[in-house]
Amino acid sequence: MPGFDFSNHNRNAALHAQGVPLPKATSTGTTIVGCIYDGGVVIAADTRATSGPIVADKNCEKLHYISPHIWCAGAGTAADTEFTTALISSNLELHALSTGRKPRVVTVMTMLKQHLFRYQGHIGAYLVVAGCDPTGSHLFTVHAHGSTDKLPYVTMGSGSLAAMSVFETQWKSGMSRDEAVKLTSDAILAGIFNDLGSGSNVDVCVITQDKTTLMRNYITPNTREHKQRNYRFPRGTTAVLNQKIITRAEISKYVTVHEVEDVAAAAEKMDVDQ
Amino acid sequence: MSSPFAINGGACVAMVGKDCVAIACDLRLGLQALTVSNNFPKIFPFGDVYLGLTGLATDVSTVSELFRYKVNMYRLREERQISPQTMANLVSSSLYEKRFGPYFVSPVIAGINHTTGRPFICGFDSIGCIDFAKDFIVSGTASDQLFGTCEGLWEPDLAPDDLFETISQALLNAVDRDALSGWGAHVYIIEKDKVTKRLLKGRQD
Amino acid sequence: MGSVFAAAPLDNSLSYSFSQAPNAAASGIREHSFYPYTDNGGSTLGISGADFTILAGDTRSTSGYNINTRYAPKLFKIGGEGPEGTGARIVLSVVGFAADGDALKERLDTIVKMYKYQHGKPMSVAACAQRLSHILYNKRFFPYYVHAILGGLDEEGKGALYSYDPVGSYEREQCRAAGAAASLIMPFLDNQVNFKNQYIPGSGEGHALEQRVPAPLPQKVVEELVVDSFTSSTERHIEVGDGLQMMIITKEGVRETYTELKRD
Repeated sequence: MPGFDFSNHNRNAALHAQGVPLPKATSTGTTIVGCIYDGGVVIAADTRATSGPIVADKNCEKLHYISPHIWCAGAGTAADTEFTTALISSNLELHALSTGRKPRVVTVMTMLKQHLFRYQGHIGAYLVVAGCDPTGSHLFTVHAHGSTDKLPYVTMGSGSLAAMSVFETQWKSGMSRDEAVKLTSDAILAGIFNDLGSGSNVDVCVITQDKTTLMRNYITPNTREHKQRNYRFPRGTTAVLNQKIITRAEISKYVTVHEVEDVAAAAEKMDVDQ
Repeated sequence: MSSPFAINGGACVAMVGKDCVAIACDLRLGLQALTVSNNFPKIFPFGDVYLGLTGLATDVSTVSELFRYKVNMYRLREERQISPQTMANLVSSSLYEKRFGPYFVSPVIAGINHTTGRPFICGFDSIGCIDFAKDFIVSGTASDQLFGTCEGLWEPDLAPDDLFETISQALLNAVDRDALSGWGAHVYIIEKDKVTKRLLKGRQD
Repeated sequence: MGSVFAAAPLDNSLSYSFSQAPNAAASGIREHSFYPYTDNGGSTLGISGADFTILAGDTRSTSGYNINTRYAPKLFKIGGEGPEGTGARIVLSVVGFAADGDALKERLDTIVKMYKYQHGKPMSVAACAQRLSHILYNKRFFPYYVHAILGGLDEEGKGALYSYDPVGSYEREQCRAAGAAASLIMPFLDNQVNFKNQYIPGSGEGHALEQRVPAPLPQKVVEELVVDSFTSSTERHIEVGDGLQMMIITKEGVRETYTELKRD
């Protein structure tokens, strides 16, 4: 059955009404940016995923594949950006197959906004869509409520202000590929160092009419240095009470066998009147 | 009323070693501050793949049974064991299906892919976002403590016996600083041809 | 699936209400509030040894997702002379609300100095520790929003370390982490300083194993543990980073060091 399953919704809403807080989803408290240049478009992202003030993933991928020449950078609820882009990517492939044409960036943007608008912001995906199609190079932002923008340079996420300050001071029209890559990665670095929700590495994706280059971990300015001490324990340090070795042959059984005590005896024990 | 993730308590951790992986959990089942059981394991074997589930105990049981069904159906249809990577995607999509009424669980997966021979671990949030990690994955009410001990104690390329000591020490010391976790622990050391399951001695308070 | 929705009441609403009701009607009485505290993040840590005490803290100050400054010390020399605190033998570390931390350190510093002028001898750490507890409890109903750790050497020359809650409950300890990453650091310290959960290999089987006995650690080892605690916290906690300030109190006095931490 396609679509979402709401079977737990009533239970959870009742819990919520009793004052139970909503579950804490991994959020990509993120810096994502995009910039159009002469001959193509480039998007970039940091690689930190947070859960509250804790770093859940130090090197996650926020650049999502849509089609060979359309990519998407995602901020907001990590699961939503992941699944929304995957869904649209899948539908776009079918759309391209049925029309027999190369997919367009506006199509992706429209599909995303229609999907997100339908869910009234409950799907927390904030996206930067970029790509090249027969109509040229394009760059959009899509917000969780379904609004969109079309601009020559864009930023999103908690580090968007830090990143935008770089664009507003350094952006110029008619940049080369190298200049655009430098500018976008500088914008991400501004987010990484000045916004606590962003961190670790810079991922960059350059899209032109004839080639897409994904540069995973293009800059790694935050590698951990060696620890001062060695924390390997002498073997036998931990107290073990019981040990069981399971071989591969045992694992491959279809049915797991649970050892149950004698049924009759167990029933006897449970009989209260006895 | 507290978060559904913190009603029953519990902790789980997975680590990568040299040609091996480890997954461990505590054994406590509680109702807020009251301990109800000290024999509630949170790791469930699915052939070559091990699934750790922390969070709301009713959902831990429900989700483990759901995946027992799903993985058994996969085995019957495909006539092969499920790989850790496939299992990860199965867990992810199954959880995201319930995006607007999630199971209150934080799953962890550990296993060795027998096609590539490579160790694999990953973790999820309650709505299915995968966290692919090269080092370790933590979950449960002691996750902050586990992040501290794992980040401090873990090092790359540990042999199975060394990995056992590291993951055990990381878990035991973390749960001792969490009121809702502890009461003993299970540790699985997964190698290519065998799995060693150990019961640890831990504080019973 | 259908049955789930068919079971819903007919009045188009579910049979429970959300607990968070609007506070007032749009045109009704409006309640204004002022919350006097902020959290400035960061973490501190103290470990005492046989003849030394080490206090450490990161130097990042945050509010929300922003960094106020990359160098805001959380460690203060108490009772020293001049702006450098020359001759100080006691160190106070504060983490939580930075403004309260500053105010607290100023008060304690003044009190320790006054004690010296009035009594003609420096204040002992034990006395200073109790005085600090009183300062905190004096503001029981409008507390200094800080987790304080006080370090020095006791009358026998042994390392002394006292930790406090915001309203003055205190205890002398071997080691203590406080602040944002306290929950990350503390179990690591239990294991590496007090050897918790460690047994002597081959000393027995199962329950019969002998526990590894904690012994006072050398100063170099403690310094390395402190650095590793903070580099680890920097990796996993967004509010910890930028720099690590350490103060090592020995009979020679207070030595201060600063090392860089990751800035992301």
